[in-house]
Formats: sequence, C-alpha cells, structure tokens
Amino acid sequence: MAEQPETQHPGAGAGRLRRVSILGEDGRRGSDPDFDAYLEDVTLEDLKASYRSMLTVRRFDDEVTALQRQGKLALWAPARGQEAAQVGAALAMLPQDQVFPSYREHALAYERGVDLKEMLSVFRGYSGGGWDPTAHNFHLYTFVLAAQIPQAVGYAMGQRLDARLGLGQDPAEGSEPPATIVCFGDGSSTQGEAHESMVFAASYDAPVLFFVQNNQWAISVPFSTQSRLPLAERAAGYGFEGIRVDGNDLLAVRAVTAYALEKIRRGEGPVLIEAETYRLGAHTTADDPTKYRTREEEDGWAAKDPLVRLERHLRAEEVEDAFFEAASEAAQEYGREVRDAVLAMEPPEFAEYFDTVYAEANTLVEQDRAWFQQYEAGFDDAAQEDPR
Amino acid sequence: MSTHEIENLPIAKALNAAMDDALAADPTVLMMGEDIGTLGGVFRVTQGLKETYGADRVMDTPLGEAGIVGTAIGLAMRGYRPVCEIQFDGFVYPSFNQITSQLAKIHFRSDGRISLPVVIRIPYGGNIGSIEHHSESPEALFAHTAGLRVMTPSNAQDAYSMLREAIASSDPVIFLEPKRRYWLKGEVDRSASTTDTQRAQVVREGQDLTLAAYGALVPVALAAAEAAQEDGRSVEVVDLRSISPLDVATVEASVSRTGRLVVTHEAPTFGGMGGELAAEIGTRCFYRLEAPVIRVGGYHMPYPVAAVEEDYLPNIDRLLEAIDRSLSH
Ligand SMILES: Cc1ncc(C[n+]2csc(CCOP(=O)(O)OP(=O)(O)O)c2C)c(N)n1
Ligand SMILES: [Mg+2]
Repeated sequence: MAEQPETQHPGAGAGRLRRVSILGEDGRRGSDPDFDAYLEDVTLEDLKASYRSMLTVRRFDDEVTALQRQGKLALWAPARGQEAAQVGAALAMLPQDQVFPSYREHALAYERGVDLKEMLSVFRGYSGGGWDPTAHNFHLYTFVLAAQIPQAVGYAMGQRLDARLGLGQDPAEGSEPPATIVCFGDGSSTQGEAHESMVFAASYDAPVLFFVQNNQWAISVPFSTQSRLPLAERAAGYGFEGIRVDGNDLLAVRAVTAYALEKIRRGEGPVLIEAETYRLGAHTTADDPTKYRTREEEDGWAAKDPLVRLERHLRAEEVEDAFFEAASEAAQEYGREVRDAVLAMEPPEFAEYFDTVYAEANTLVEQDRAWFQQYEAGFDDAAQEDPR
Repeated sequence: MSTHEIENLPIAKALNAAMDDALAADPTVLMMGEDIGTLGGVFRVTQGLKETYGADRVMDTPLGEAGIVGTAIGLAMRGYRPVCEIQFDGFVYPSFNQITSQLAKIHFRSDGRISLPVVIRIPYGGNIGSIEHHSESPEALFAHTAGLRVMTPSNAQDAYSMLREAIASSDPVIFLEPKRRYWLKGEVDRSASTTDTQRAQVVREGQDLTLAAYGALVPVALAAAEAAQEDGRSVEVVDLRSISPLDVATVEASVSRTGRLVVTHEAPTFGGMGGELAAEIGTRCFYRLEAPVIRVGGYHMPYPVAAVEEDYLPNIDRLLEAIDRSLSH
C-alpha cells in the first residue's frame, strides 16, 4: 500500500482542494486573494518576533535532544520542522481560546506562555502533566493518540452552551466568543475518536478548529497508508470546511487560521486545517528514521525548512545581521537555561501521589496510603534499632 | 416536585427523579446519550427530562460511545456536570479508552488541577431474556481502574440517593443500574439526606453466615436468606452498594460475628469482585473464619444465550448450596 503512488486511486484527482501558500520556498512573499486580508496588520516586527520564537524553540529542541542522549530525560519528541505551522496558528488565537495539543506542540506551547522547562519534568519522569493546564488555556499533552479530540469537541460544546444557557463566562474572555483548537497528526487522524469527534462537532456546531499537522509520517508509516486523499478533504464529508495549507509557511498558516477562527467565532461550526509539513528529526529519541525513509526525501524537505524560509524573507526585507545574531544569542541563552533547569529538577515524593487519585476522600486510597506510611516508618524504626 | 413526602416508586422512576432534581438544582448538570431525549431512553429512565429542561441540557447525541464520554470529559473541563447514559452494558467498550485512560486519570496527571465530575450510567446485568451484549456485568473492569468510583443500587431509595450523590461527586462515577430490577418498587424519600454511599449496608441481620451481594442479586440473596431461615439458618445479608471503593470494614464486622462469608455476583467469578472480597476477608478475619470464603458468580464464559441464562446466573438454589457448603465446615 505504501508503495502505491497516490494518484492511482480512482477519483483521487478530482476536486482536490488547492494548497494555500503565501511565503515561497525562496522567501518571497506571494499573495492569495482569499487570505491576504488576514495578513494586513502583520508588520515586519511581528515577523521578526515569530522568527525569534521559532529559533528559540528550535534551539530548545536541540538542547533537549542532547539532554536525552545524556540520560537526563526518558524520551523526547522533537518538533523540528513544524515550528511555522505551530507558531503561525498560535498567532491567530486569542487568550480565551482553549488549546488541546497532541504531544509535539512545543512551539505552540511556547507561544501560549507555557514554561517549556516545566514541560520537561514530564519527559524527565518527574511529573505527570508538567504545567498548569488552566493557566494558559493549554491542556496537557495527551499520549494516547486522538483521545484529546473528543475532549476538545466537548469543551467547545461547553463554550457554545455557556452562551446558550446564559451561564457566567470567564470575565477574561472579553467580547470575542472563545473557540477551541485541537491538534493531532496524520497518523492520529485514522483513530475512531477523530471520526466521532468530527460528527459530534458538526452536530453541535461546536466552535472547534481541527488543526492537523500532516508531517508525512506516523513513526515509520507513511501518510499514504493513512489516507488516499488530503485530510482536509475529509471535512466536506462531515459537512464543514477543510483547508489545505503549506505548513512550513508561517504567513499562510497564520492567515488560514485567522480566517477559520473568525468563521468559528461567528457560530458557523467547525473547520479543519491540514498543515502540510515534515518532521525533520526522528519521531522520538528512540527512533531511527534511516530504517524507513530516504536521505533524498529528508534533503528535499530540509530545503523547505520553515525557519530558513522565514530567514530568507526577513533578509530580503533587509533585516540586518545584528538581528539574527541577537536572536541566535538569545536562543543559545535559552538553551543554557533549559539545561540548568533540567539538571536542577527535584524528583517528587511518592507519597504525594496518593493525594490526587481522587478529588474527594476515598477509603481505598486512604487504606493504601496508611499501609505505605506504616511500611516506610518500619525502615525508620529499623534504622533506630540498628544505627549502622 | 414536592420533596417532603414518601413516594412509592420503581427504581427507574427513582433514577428519573434523581436526574430531574439534579437538573433543577444545578444548571451545569447535563444529560447525554443515545435516544435519551425525545424517546426518554430505551428503558424510559430519562423520560420527560428533555421536555422539561430542553435539548441543550438533555442531549440526544450522535451514535458513538467514545464520542459521548470524550465530549463529556471536555464539557466537565468547561465546568459542566455531564451524566452520560450508555444504552446497554455490552456497548460501553467503544468508550473504554476514554473512561480508563482519560476520565480516570486526568485528575491524577494534572496534579489535581482538573476534576471531572462525570457520571456514566450503565444498565447492566442479565436475566432479561435478551440477545447477546445486553446482559453483561463489567463492574470489575472499572473497579480495577484507579480514579473511578463504581457503584450500584439495589432498591429505589438507594437508586435515588446514590445517583444524586454520584452527580454531586467531584470524581467520575460508573453508575451501574440493575436493569432487571428497573420496575422493582420501593419507598423513596427525596428529601432524605444523601447516605454515605461509599458504605455497604446490612439489609438483613443474621448470626450464622454473611451473604454479600450487590445490584440485582440483593433481592435474590434476601430470598435465599429467607429460605435458609426455614431450615433454621440465620443469614445476614450485606448490600455492598459501592464496588469501588469497596467497604470491606462493614463486611469484616459482619463476618467477625458470623465466621462465614458467601459472596455473589453475576459477573464471571474469576477476577471478579468476589475474589477481592475473599482476599480481604481472608486476611482480616483469618482467625475468625470457620470456613473458606465461597464465591458464587457467573461461569468463565461469555454471557450465554437467553435460553440457558438461568443456569449461568447465581440464583436462590446456588446460594443455598453455597450456604450449605460453608456451614458444613
Ligand atoms: C492510541 C495510540 N496508539 C499508538 C501509540 C504509539 N505512537 C505514538 S506516536 C505514534 C505516531 C503518531 O503519528 P502522528 O499522529 O502522525 O503524529 P506525529 O508523531 O507524526 O507527530 C504512535 C503510533 C500511541 N501513543 N497511542
Ligand atoms: Mg505524523
């Protein structure tokens, strides 16, 4: 199946959605009649800020990969190559929007204000969740693929219900109605929960954006095994709009996300965006991509690197060397901070974990806790009896 | 909806009253499930609720159990208290991932920052002469999952009080409804303050042997105790009510007096709640036991066809045989 060229499938050529693209691989800015309007207020300073974010997260990713290799982290899943898709989407979101990430949304987390150092406590095995999901409207990572998708749809149903039932809205939410954004990958799109989620979202006109990063691979399995058609085309089957976008194009992703969220906020129901990108690194630090993909393929995508593309654009706009040097130095500094933070982390106490199994008192947990404390105390007594 | 009188209600109506009162008391309470709105549920347990509270709060959802539970989790994160109905026990498995890997764990993995007050109502158990997948008892699967509470009422008052408590709980609750008893009537006091449903209840006192049961088998256990009485045997019956956490202390207190325990459930004996209770009582009452704990459960087979389900299910005769066996030690 993986060997078949995608065009062999009957009907696959017909009605293909166009792929929205604005910033060319050469860094030259094109235009798009449908989406230019969503970029009107984007300034050069904004683009420089995006570049700084993308570079910082790239540096973070590299530093964390090194930390894992040195045995300081159990595992790491780099986002290298997907920074434009994530930062571009984040730029179109409002603080009151709720994000449900998958597990590779480090750049999106950074843009939402999550402390990436806290995130690493998860990968160090020191924390189950890492950050406070309520502080940034950025839910925890979900490692059971696609399980977060129906949860996001339910959350969006709740956002809509708040208004319909006249229930108190969070004062921070301001006048613009909130939306929910849920991220998942090309592989996860196959899960039944992804499908059910789209049905529920459509039925309830849920204000939810399905944001798919198609990075061409689900570990070793190519996209052609997951779908005959671009994933964005599935949206039509559920009765809502799907958009294909060059996921390595910061401007295009920002524009289509702004368009989609505006439509969602108007109460017109869900939208699906498929950002076509590429995982430039390994699936995780436990993976060996040489087993399933070619050097030529990797090189081809390296030439489309979103960070390089944005740099080309900024240089064409006559942004000076000093900016790039300062951005690079700041990213290096961030990497050092991350390293220090990981090395300084203190492991939790096992006994704390009895506290959060349930929200309310639970006799079974209390029984286990009492037993554990008694067992531990036994060692103290033994140590007193035998001071060696 | 007068709340200060004693009503004589079947379990199904007591459950309906509990949902009605919860919907009236708290605007964040929602009902969701397949056919629960316009139809009132295939067992009519939610009858009339959509008419009273509207389609926004009593939702006829699309047909997908993972979608129902998954969206309920998201609604709970947004501040709602969803009560999901799974149409039949055998159809809960499509949502098993959402229940066990998500609903049960999110409070824990968020370091207690997210509570999920979600109730999942499941009509369960057999002896209704139905086709396959409509007669199962999956309680042990959920009891084995930390983070979930599992409870099952056996009478109308408990059906009302326990469902009110389940909806009020900040923790997710698997609420198992003994469907063959839906039309069993009993007195219900809607003003009765919620009982402590983490506790088991002695529903018949006796001296010679303790018989522990829950859900649909409580009336069977009571009938067996009555029959044993005719042979001069005094059997104490304990209704466990809460499957997780399991109130071992109440059973322990009973067995400390009687010295004997028979425990029964419809679910297969192997890996079931009876084994858990036997292990706990074997440890706590080791010197007070006069006989080994005896389990009377379903056999190790998928739930069989209706024509032979009487042979599969624990009944009065099987309980009397177990009581004999215990007392012969
Ligand atoms: C339900 C489930 N099945 C399998 C896995 C193991 N697994 C982790 S990531 C992954 C591939 C995911 O691919 P995709 O959705 O495209 O996301 P990507 O890794 O490319 O970002 C697999 C199979 C899992 N985490 N969850
Ligand atoms: Mg992928």
